[in-house]
Amino acid sequence: MSAKTDGLHVRGLCATFETPRGPARAVDGVDLDIAPGEVFGLVGESGSGKSVTLRALMRLVHPPGRVEGNVAWQGRDLMAMKPEELRRMRGGEIAMIFQEPMTALNPVLPVRVQIEENLRAHTDMNRRERRARALELLDIVGIPAAARRLDEYPHQFSGGMRQRVMIAIALASSPKLLLADEPTTALDVTIQDQILKLLLDLRDEFSMSVVFVTHDLGVVASLCDRMAVMYAGRIVETGTVSEVFATPHHPYTRGLLGSVPHGGAERTMLASIEGTPPGLASLPAGCAFHPRCEFATDECRRERPALEPFAPGRSVACFHHERVARAEELA
Amino acid sequence: MSDDGSLISVRQVSKHFDAGQSILSRLAGEPRAAVHALNGIDLDITRGETLGVVGESGCGKSTLARCLVRLHDPDEGTILFENRDIGHLKGGARRAFNRRVQMIFQDPYSSLNPRLTVRRMLSEALTVHRMRPRGEIDGRIAELLDLVRLPSDAAERYPHEFSGGQRQRIGIARALALEPDVLVADELVSALDVSVQAQVINLLLTLQEELSLTVVFVAHDLRLVRHISHRVAVMYLGRIVEIAPTEALFSTPRHPYSKALLDAAPDLDPAKRTRVAAARGELPSPLDIPPGCPFNTRCPYAFDRCFTERPTLDPRAPGHRAACHLTEFAGGLPEQSNEAVAERQKEENRA
Repeated sequence: MSAKTDGLHVRGLCATFETPRGPARAVDGVDLDIAPGEVFGLVGESGSGKSVTLRALMRLVHPPGRVEGNVAWQGRDLMAMKPEELRRMRGGEIAMIFQEPMTALNPVLPVRVQIEENLRAHTDMNRRERRARALELLDIVGIPAAARRLDEYPHQFSGGMRQRVMIAIALASSPKLLLADEPTTALDVTIQDQILKLLLDLRDEFSMSVVFVTHDLGVVASLCDRMAVMYAGRIVETGTVSEVFATPHHPYTRGLLGSVPHGGAERTMLASIEGTPPGLASLPAGCAFHPRCEFATDECRRERPALEPFAPGRSVACFHHERVARAEELA
Repeated sequence: MSDDGSLISVRQVSKHFDAGQSILSRLAGEPRAAVHALNGIDLDITRGETLGVVGESGCGKSTLARCLVRLHDPDEGTILFENRDIGHLKGGARRAFNRRVQMIFQDPYSSLNPRLTVRRMLSEALTVHRMRPRGEIDGRIAELLDLVRLPSDAAERYPHEFSGGQRQRIGIARALALEPDVLVADELVSALDVSVQAQVINLLLTLQEELSLTVVFVAHDLRLVRHISHRVAVMYLGRIVEIAPTEALFSTPRHPYSKALLDAAPDLDPAKRTRVAAARGELPSPLDIPPGCPFNTRCPYAFDRCFTERPTLDPRAPGHRAACHLTEFAGGLPEQSNEAVAERQKEENRA
């Protein structure tokens, strides 16, 4: 483990929930390193643990859910932090935006109050400064006629505009780390495109790090610097976006990329992954992906591969990753 | 437009839904607001083809799908199925139409009855339409499950015992039980995970070949639509703004909205990133559609004529029609030349 003090460093993060069928480990030993100013994509299908990872980082998993592991932000241990200290951190240095802005915004308060609330909690601005800053923030996130719209309620905004309000609230405290949980999934493509471009501009302007959780590989390709692919609560592959897209080393990553239609091969069969993701309470022995994997051998059924580096900046959890990478080149 | 070869013809179809009105506005004598979901749709669907319908939420694509299977009756216009107006079908003819045009719904969780086993669900469909004599029903159910690649023990199970992708297969099996000619799939795979999406898409492609089905594939995902469609119609605020063979539409869109839609879809190649947003602004409210071209509020090329006169859906190339005053607009061209086209047409317009 490096002794770096800037950025976010996660080691061995686990989140466990009790279910009638025994404990379910939604996140199982996740390691992450996010540098300042970096946009990091966390990809996976539903139930892969990507959202729980994000919540566990901020200790937002409540009992009976349990979180273990080390999370260091700018050299400080988030897991050992006192509740009031953590409260200052949440929504302050570390902000979050969620998928469905209508459930994250308070429907009975005008957006001005909701933005100023964050300013009051995390800055020492006076009343007049807060008003001015709220207006400025709506401008920054690209809401037209910001002065008029400040006194409107969330239901008066469209889906894309609500997400912009959410981002404005998150930005109010000038965060250094933005945790985004599928913020564009519910939006139309043209609006999603605008929000993604906005996030990139804001990253440059505020030099924040962004952890972006999504299931959409297209979004990762157009937004992120580095990425991690999750399957059944574990990271199976990490690397820079361009390298992972060019030569995936994990069969699951390879399958995901093949499942998305590419231009130029219309009306042909897609390289789908057979079967469905396993339930967390009944994970198969060995590698969790082996029942769906065309490369699986006896070794995979017996033993679980660890996430190991194989090139600078690249890691993969697969015994046969070299064979997988070569297979991709042949195709 | 000739009627030969087209299985379904949509002629000038409009559909409005009344919006709620407050007592105050009623007292003030204001006209009742209506959501204009479809505004004069013209469309021909040829036997055996896959027609993709794309657009953002609120563009009317689902309303169109529902009109095609007569879940909604259009307010204006007609829909012809084999040259017969489906609005006037009665009795046996209507039942035959209901059998031959089947819809598969978006949400596999709510479109299946949770209290029926798969066998009951399928045998209901088979007996209501008298598809098979009673003795052959069990055999047919096994055949159908095999067709959609579900295990044979699936027949005795309830919907909650299946995953999302499997439920969507049950929906497909139920539609296919009636041996339809046309499948209308409304956002068939958008509720599914990527890897499962691919399985269902592959299944749909195979079934279409095997059973020579006509498919209307309504979706918002351009990559999927491109993958499975022969032709694509782009909708915006209840109108078709462009319709073309898939390749033509994706390589040279002739409407600025189609181009914006294509550019906005995130590219899978990380090398092709841009930092410029493809379209500005948002969809106007379907309660209050702007006069002139409906896209004029967001179009970077809009000029005075676009704000007064609504462009009609005119031919651009064989099979390729677009509704735009900029007849020379082509999405494949560099940005400067499209701006030059816009300038030139503005000049012509003034002259």
